[in-house]
Amino acid sequence: MKRLAIALLALFAVSAPAHAQANLSGVWNNLGILNEDWPDRLPGPELGDYAGLPVNDAVRARADAWDASLITLPEYQCRVHPADYVSSFAGLRIWEERDSVSQQLIAIHTHHFAWGTERTFWMDGRAHPPAYAMHTAMGFSTGKWDGDNLVVTTTHLKEGWTRRNGLTRSDSATVTEHFIRHGDTLTLVISVDDQKYYTEPVVRSRDYEYEVNGDIGPYPCEPVEEILRPKGAIPHHLPGTNPFLGEYAKAHNIPAEAARGGAETMYPEYRKKLREMMK
Amino acid sequence: MSRLKFNVVFAVLSAACLAVAGLQAGGGGQQNYDNVQVNIQKAQGSVYMLVGAGGNVTVQIGVDGVLMVDTQYAPMSGKILAAIRTLSQAPLRYIINTHSHGDHTGGNENLKKAGATIAGGNVTLDIGDAAQGAQIIAHINAYKHMSARVNGQFATPVASWPTSTFIGDDKKLYFNGEGVHIIHQPAAHTDGDSLIFFRKSDVITAGDLFVTEGYPFIDINTGGNVQGIVAGLNKIVDLCIPVYGQEGGTMVIPGHGRLSDIGDVINAREMVTIVRDRVQDMVKKNMTLEQVKAAKPTKDYDSLYNPPDAFITADAFVEAVYRSLKK
Repeated sequence: MKRLAIALLALFAVSAPAHAQANLSGVWNNLGILNEDWPDRLPGPELGDYAGLPVNDAVRARADAWDASLITLPEYQCRVHPADYVSSFAGLRIWEERDSVSQQLIAIHTHHFAWGTERTFWMDGRAHPPAYAMHTAMGFSTGKWDGDNLVVTTTHLKEGWTRRNGLTRSDSATVTEHFIRHGDTLTLVISVDDQKYYTEPVVRSRDYEYEVNGDIGPYPCEPVEEILRPKGAIPHHLPGTNPFLGEYAKAHNIPAEAARGGAETMYPEYRKKLREMMK
Repeated sequence: MSRLKFNVVFAVLSAACLAVAGLQAGGGGQQNYDNVQVNIQKAQGSVYMLVGAGGNVTVQIGVDGVLMVDTQYAPMSGKILAAIRTLSQAPLRYIINTHSHGDHTGGNENLKKAGATIAGGNVTLDIGDAAQGAQIIAHINAYKHMSARVNGQFATPVASWPTSTFIGDDKKLYFNGEGVHIIHQPAAHTDGDSLIFFRKSDVITAGDLFVTEGYPFIDINTGGNVQGIVAGLNKIVDLCIPVYGQEGGTMVIPGHGRLSDIGDVINAREMVTIVRDRVQDMVKKNMTLEQVKAAKPTKDYDSLYNPPDAFITADAFVEAVYRSLKK
């Protein structure tokens, strides 16, 4: 009898589908816990605030030239938040796609409230597409389990943004995400490796709470002509002419140099230098 | 960028230089294409993008036959034809050239021979060989560059020349169940550029006025101008209808680089327009070309568009913009 039980157990172990180490399915919301990086989220970042990000000179110059009026152009109004940024806003639904016969996990899907964007994390071992394939705002994602944590790698992203004040993220970036479930809370750690515009990976985290009766509403967007402009005009500031760049530092009594960001400004050691500058 | 890719880019540069000199042969110089693969990427509907060495090739298939846009280099013709045959066994009827450069027209002669024109009525008239070979369509200015005499020789082989040209704003075909709209874009990459809009498949072939792999090549000596590049990108944006979020919907096949949509074209337009505006401001201040280059008007874009082995360097792009605006 003991031998039979062991044999059955072995058979079950062999025939059972590979399962997720954690089930992330459900509706997760973060409206009650938006305090993390609050200024960067619902209010939106201030112009000229590059602090705490490992920006290089190129993206700093690009943000200096950025004019917020750009997003009044009809073709910019409904641009969705890219995959590495959309998690900052409201809830998401997560669900699994399984083969109906083998119950093998094929993919994990997400639907974000913000701009109604949907992502697919392929879990079936497929390769990322070739260089000549499309880039999209959501990119192409594959996932694997690291213990109980889901690790997602995303490539083929369209150009996006790291901060909504002109700090651009290039279309060459690779994004690595860790989805970590602790009971009814979910922590998402996002690392953006964009060597075109940032000297070190940009890392941020977002937290969600499980909602038993959660639902995700629609997010329609329809572009309209807000301002009549000459055909083809693109709002931007010529180099050295942006009058708004100093406002952030002045409003918060921060040294102008600190507001310009850079990898150094990410680390606690920078506080000592900051104190010296503010003497 | 791989060494092979660098070689290919170098070959493109060489071909472009030949075009400027009117000596474009379309053979791609001394490059070895043995190891170059032709990859097929479906755009949508009946339209595919072929990627190999040289400019991207567009292939439209259907019951009427095969229509292709651009032909890369002559040594690539066999591989391109083999790739087309994996999609369709129907006759190759039309070749459309987006412009005259050898990395887009070098295979014209070979691929034309592999096809056949639909002849009869006023297409045949008294020309006995009208059905022999696919028809090659291009704007008249592209024809002029390809057939120009330089030092007593034609710039390209006679058999590679367009057999059907147009002189107005556009030319229209109906093929494989959809309208194919060939739209001339004046003075952009060259002065003989065409966009090709497959109306049912909802795909636009842009030619070299839109590329995703670097700064655009503005061939000033062949009639190109930054204002035409900006106008052409705006034209594509106007033609595109995205699904949602400024993505998807109309697909765009660039002259070089990856399959795209309106979002990619908007990004390229933003860069070119902003750099154009900066250089324009400097021109108004009577700055010399050297002063403009020293001011680095592309410094925020160079990490994206000016890799170490760039085909068009930042300096070359700035110079082309400057010369465009001084005209």
